[in-house]
Amino acid sequence: MRNILAIAAKDLRSQFVSPIAYVVLTGFLLLGGWFFFNLLARFNFLLNMYLSFRNPEAMERLNLNEFVIAPLLHNLSVILVILVPVITMRSFAEEKRSGTYELLMTSPISVTEIVLGKFFGAFGFVLIMVGLTAVYPLILVLYGDPEAGVILSGFLGLLLLATAFVSVGLLTSSFTDNQIIAAVSCLVGLLLLYVISWPAETAGANLGAVLKYLSLTEHFGEMVKGVIDTRDLMYFGSVIVLALFLTQRSVESLRWR
Amino acid sequence: MIEVRDLTKRYGDLTAVDHVTFTAQKGEIVGFLGPNGAGKTTTMRVITGFLPATSGTVKVEGFDIFDDSHEVRKRIGYLPESPPIYADMTVTAYLQFVGRIKGIPRAALNDAVDRALERCGLTEVTRRVVGHLSKGFRQRVGLAQAIIHEPSVLVLDEPTIGLDPRQIRDIRSLVRELAGQRTVILSTHILQEVAQICQKVVIINEGRVVVEDQIDHLTQGAPLEEVFMRYISGGRGEEATG
Repeated sequence: MRNILAIAAKDLRSQFVSPIAYVVLTGFLLLGGWFFFNLLARFNFLLNMYLSFRNPEAMERLNLNEFVIAPLLHNLSVILVILVPVITMRSFAEEKRSGTYELLMTSPISVTEIVLGKFFGAFGFVLIMVGLTAVYPLILVLYGDPEAGVILSGFLGLLLLATAFVSVGLLTSSFTDNQIIAAVSCLVGLLLLYVISWPAETAGANLGAVLKYLSLTEHFGEMVKGVIDTRDLMYFGSVIVLALFLTQRSVESLRWR
Repeated sequence: MIEVRDLTKRYGDLTAVDHVTFTAQKGEIVGFLGPNGAGKTTTMRVITGFLPATSGTVKVEGFDIFDDSHEVRKRIGYLPESPPIYADMTVTAYLQFVGRIKGIPRAALNDAVDRALERCGLTEVTRRVVGHLSKGFRQRVGLAQAIIHEPSVLVLDEPTIGLDPRQIRDIRSLVRELAGQRTVILSTHILQEVAQICQKVVIINEGRVVVEDQIDHLTQGAPLEEVFMRYISGGRGEEATG
């Protein structure tokens, strides 16, 4: 446990002494702020329009959760697909390139400890990322009346999504000593998981259901709607555990190649 | 103590290390000598448990590197060819991190770091960022990293490569000081280095050990260079290079 923490703290720290952390956080919050501002402006516009039309039915349907928070979370999830590979690309690739991999691998720590240390280091970073976006719903709670439960469920979904992305990123980083290759293959993998359900409607009942189940968006979408289902939690859990397990195998393979 | 027996390492078709056998006794500094590409680094990587052997056994302090890898890694200090530093950390932070993953208890960590800093002559640069240090100091940081957990075996891969003459002299005397009661294997292709610091020499060429002997016995007054050239050109003369 102590070794895991030591590696996690080292990795998290090294993100913040390099400019990467600040570029990623600034970009994430800048884009997030832009989405939030525009969604809010549109909400305001619709509200004023329905008010002037004296349309109480449309007014009923208009709520902050569905018109601001949900699209905001979906937009943020797309940004995470692009930014998480940038966070995780260094984790193994950089160690291999700089020769510190030899230090880690010849220290009396297990491969599992190394992988979990790397995982918690990167997880800490996405926790900060997602945590900082909490400012948007906070503004809504201060000035409006959104449903808190749905917001929490949605942000929990966003965090789980980011954590699953991190695990996939660690896996691709463990394959190579080239950060660009690590980042690009992670990005491609995540995008594939994102759009895998597109042919679901036309692919026939069985295959369609499988593709839908594999898709990250389907499960994330449920949580954004405020539904915390064990099926979705299981899905994210499986992606995380499977990717970490494969990472552990990939790192360990050095010892039996 | 290190016992290498019949160690072979192949990368695909290439045999990097071919049935290598030698021992290093406690308290001995063994010079691992050979031309570039002879298999020195590969052998050291197998001894430290970084790479698996294709066949053969290696025992460090009586523990097999394959079966008791964890025990071996606790007892080895290893300085790879390029020091394994995190360029963005300060010297102290780096050594604290290494101490932690080498299993030094929290209470003893600061003392261990101070001791390593002291012994490797790093007390002046504790707060400097490792990436900004000169090559000689980086090599010292590499040595400090290798000895921080008081290992009984030290494996040093070309510790003086790329340094200027004064830094070379400093590192050599540092290695001699650090050796003490430890078993040290030091690879190099610099002959004077072996003559100056080592008691025993293992000459390796094209993956095979060509000679393993005490230096005094081996040279018997003749210059080491002559002996070295004789051994690495012996047998397979047409392929030998210096």
